Amino acid sequence: MAIAHQERPARPKRPRRRAGSTSRCLPYLLIAPAGLLMLGFIAYPMLSVLYYSLRDHNATKPWRNGFAGLDNFREILTDDPFFWDTLAFSARWVFVEVGLQLVFGLVLALLINQTFVGRGLARALVFSPWAVSGVLTSTIWLLLYNPSTGLSRYLADAGIGEYGTSVLADTGTVFWGAVVAELWRGVPFFAILILADLQSVSKDLYEAAGVDGAGRLRRFWHITLPHLRDAIVLSTLLRAVWEFNNVDLLYTLTGGGPAGRTTTLPLYVAQTGIDGNEFGYAAALTTVAFVILLFCSILYLRLSKFGGDDR
Amino acid sequence: MTTVSLGHDPRPATDEPPPAPPAGGARRRRRRPHDEPPRWQVLLPLGLYLLFTLIPFYWMLLFALREPGSDSLVPWPVTGQHFEKVWTERGFDTYFVNSVRVGVATMLMTMLVALSGGYALARFRFRLRMPFMLALLCSQFIPGALMLVPLFEVFRELRLLNSLWSVILAETVFQLPLSMILISGFIRNVPASLEEAAWVDGCSRLRGFLAIVLPLLRPGLVAVGSFAFVHSWNHFLFALMFLNSNDKQTIPVGLNTLIGSDSVDLGALAAGGVVAAVPVVIVFAFIQRWLITGFSAGAVKG
Repeated sequence: MAIAHQERPARPKRPRRRAGSTSRCLPYLLIAPAGLLMLGFIAYPMLSVLYYSLRDHNATKPWRNGFAGLDNFREILTDDPFFWDTLAFSARWVFVEVGLQLVFGLVLALLINQTFVGRGLARALVFSPWAVSGVLTSTIWLLLYNPSTGLSRYLADAGIGEYGTSVLADTGTVFWGAVVAELWRGVPFFAILILADLQSVSKDLYEAAGVDGAGRLRRFWHITLPHLRDAIVLSTLLRAVWEFNNVDLLYTLTGGGPAGRTTTLPLYVAQTGIDGNEFGYAAALTTVAFVILLFCSILYLRLSKFGGDDR
Repeated sequence: MTTVSLGHDPRPATDEPPPAPPAGGARRRRRRPHDEPPRWQVLLPLGLYLLFTLIPFYWMLLFALREPGSDSLVPWPVTGQHFEKVWTERGFDTYFVNSVRVGVATMLMTMLVALSGGYALARFRFRLRMPFMLALLCSQFIPGALMLVPLFEVFRELRLLNSLWSVILAETVFQLPLSMILISGFIRNVPASLEEAAWVDGCSRLRGFLAIVLPLLRPGLVAVGSFAFVHSWNHFLFALMFLNSNDKQTIPVGLNTLIGSDSVDLGALAAGGVVAAVPVVIVFAFIQRWLITGFSAGAVKG
């Protein structure tokens, strides 16, 4: 209203309509760049995934290409044991990673929220793996896990473990080898988000609880944790989706091996679509993965009653 | 008119006291040391975690700096030959420049587009607002890896394959939703009355925004911008797929080539890792303080 007065002082009779029309157009102009980019590079490719998912499409076998109806989906759900294997591995990977990252991140945030000398430096150092890429994480941990020049060799020199231990080649240890590497990079994300939220807990609440005789553990349980709930729900959800979709680390660290033991669903899709050239089948897998992800996310937000208190 | 805007001033004045209590609280706490956990309960676990964080970094530096064939645990005598090899023979000089280009362009584009969209989401109620928000949230569930094939087709039609722009556009698009949600949270935290006061004083909406809102958004913009930079610097699959000539590749792809080569040269690999790590670690060291204030202002409350 005030703007309208400024812009059209000569026509005080119709300020309301002027204000209405500018503020009706302006938001659309402002979201237009984002909207167009997302239409072109997210919505359109998504639709084309849906289209391909209903087709047989293989660039190397063009004579077989054509409409396939729901055949791809039927094959995925009833006739592709590897799909269920990768789905189970994805679920295990996400569950273990997000759970451990949350626990370590929470503890780390609580520790670093204390006052002590050198806190700024400790904080910067502890958070630094956040900025490191999946490929670089792989690089670093490949150096550490290397059986002949890695950490295990020096530990064996000191009498711990055996020579020639290869964490990544053994089907029994490869999962935890990858988990630790991803943990190294993933914990800072939670620690940063939780620390940010910790700093907004009212000190008065703690003081009041302290006066009432509540111990540190009880104050954590009854004040800190409820305060952090929304941040924890949101960050675990974002992280779970991110870990599900994350391909960089496993692709470069284990390549999905040994013997397909660390192949997640997106990695399977990438292998099917890119290495195997089965675009149609990969598109159907993509669709299934997206639906599963969306369903789990909605379920999670419902169950955790996200934002339930104030909205 | 100005009296109306001044009418809001008393409120910030009454908001002033809160900063005082924490100081008083801290003073009080120092008087009651038993209220805080004992020193060792903080420093011991933190020290252990610090080891877990730093040993991998040290390991990389060790391999990058010590002479080939040496198995000492201290990188002495120091050699620069691995860096020289990676930089000149393995093409990391080109990769580095490409990665910087992609990172900076993605950062600028993400900030501009997210700022404009975030402002609309924060300050207007319009019919497509909720559908648009929903689309932003939904897009978070789309696996980037699964979009490779269709995006490849799009960029082929646009004749952008093997151009850095394909990677820049793809990175920006996948960076946008979260950035926009964050920024709209930051903008909502700036009282609309401040802006309205500027319009009353004769500023246009744009000038009011630039003069009043933008300076207050600095921590948030730093967080979002550095996020975009770090992500595009680190991201690997788009560059792997869309860029096929060697002089267009980025650092993560170069690293992957080193990992995948038949006889892995561990010294060169480690040196390549250091080259990949240095820029993001520097960016991170500068921004980590703002990152935390940025998140506490935008992500969590927004």
